[in-house]
Amino acid sequence: MDFAGAYSGENLAYLLQGFAVTLKVAVVSIILSFIFGCVLGILRYTKIPVLSSVVALIVEVIRNLPLILIIFFTYFALPEVGIKMSVTMAAIAALTVFESAMIAEIVRGGLNSIPKGQIEAARSSGLNYIQTLWHIILPQALKKMIPPLVSQFISLLKDTSLAIIISLPELLHNAKGVYSGENGAKYIIPILLLSAFMYFMVNYLLSILARKLEKRLDPDRSTAKQLANTTENMI
Amino acid sequence: MLDFSILTDYLDLYMQGFVNTIKISIIGLIASFILGNIIAVFRLAPVKLLNFIGAFYVEVVRNIPLILIGFFFYNGLSYFHINLSGFIAGTIALSIYTAAFIAEAVRAGIQSVDRGQLEAARSTGLTYIQAMRYIILPQAIKIVIPPIGNQFLNLVKNSSILGVFAGLDLMYYADIIHEKTWITFDTYIFVGMFYLVLTIPLSLLVNYLERRLARSE
Repeated sequence: MDFAGAYSGENLAYLLQGFAVTLKVAVVSIILSFIFGCVLGILRYTKIPVLSSVVALIVEVIRNLPLILIIFFTYFALPEVGIKMSVTMAAIAALTVFESAMIAEIVRGGLNSIPKGQIEAARSSGLNYIQTLWHIILPQALKKMIPPLVSQFISLLKDTSLAIIISLPELLHNAKGVYSGENGAKYIIPILLLSAFMYFMVNYLLSILARKLEKRLDPDRSTAKQLANTTENMI
Repeated sequence: MLDFSILTDYLDLYMQGFVNTIKISIIGLIASFILGNIIAVFRLAPVKLLNFIGAFYVEVVRNIPLILIGFFFYNGLSYFHINLSGFIAGTIALSIYTAAFIAEAVRAGIQSVDRGQLEAARSTGLTYIQAMRYIILPQAIKIVIPPIGNQFLNLVKNSSILGVFAGLDLMYYADIIHEKTWITFDTYIFVGMFYLVLTIPLSLLVNYLERRLARSE
């Protein structure tokens, strides 16, 4: 194994270039799929006749397909029906479609976890349905959604590597590029380790951030903790 | 309209891939279930070193892409002159990856059983392992089944990465069919339908188990 050769300036620059593409595609897809996921999740939650059922059907079909198939399809099959996209656009579009469906389910689960009594109380205090959703239900549900949302975002960041199938120049694609050349065999393990480390660092930081956020946003738990602390001190 | 002659003409190729995807999923489920349980026990055992190994495994594997693990077994091991087929390398990667998620599900299930149960069992004279085997695990298993079902669903979908390593799964056979038809759209729509035949009943089952569990609480 040739660590020094593998981590030459040229190779590192190439990997970082790939990592930048990974992050760019991930960030854009996270923002888009969060927006679309919220809309779809709320539509499914509200039980509007026909519309909610259609949304439910689409969400279920997409969630149950492999993402790599969706990425492949977006880039190679859609041009046959006149929808042509660049590799980057295709990757973002496919990731957004798939992750929106996943996030829609998280949003719906979060909304469903708020007791119905909250809606009734808000409605009887004179708020209309939209106001109730916006001011009462959503803020409470969002807190509960944070842990599953962050793990979904971590999945999304990992899933950008599936775009290797359409040769998006992301981190894993470039890593493969470094060790696929002649005499590359001795670089394989060092390069894969470094790529793994890059993915790991970002995802691990994300999960730590999520835990902090979760603690700060959860008023019940922090008061419970304070109570526990005071009783401990009393004993 | 979809050209159904593709489906009928190449049905045997589709079926080969479909059957292999089922095989990979079942092997992967068994392997990742065993490995995941071992890791979960490591994380909970009253031994610091095992705790560390378990936590290290889960945190590392969960935070790197599955396909990278696949490349490690498919390309990386060739450096040591171990040449695995795409099928084997992919199935190993799939099992290692899924095991980390199953380990977390099992750990959460065990920890949801009241700590007093373990203490009570221990004080009646059972050893740690006996207490786990007869008191804690039977209660935890009920809580753990829906999340493990979910992981199995993900495993079936994730098995599609074997196509990247020529791993003889549905995606691999799709590629072969595509080389004969040169019609990407229809060929892959049928691939999607084959996946849905597997995943939709599975996800309905998981939903049903989740609802039943919620009611029994």
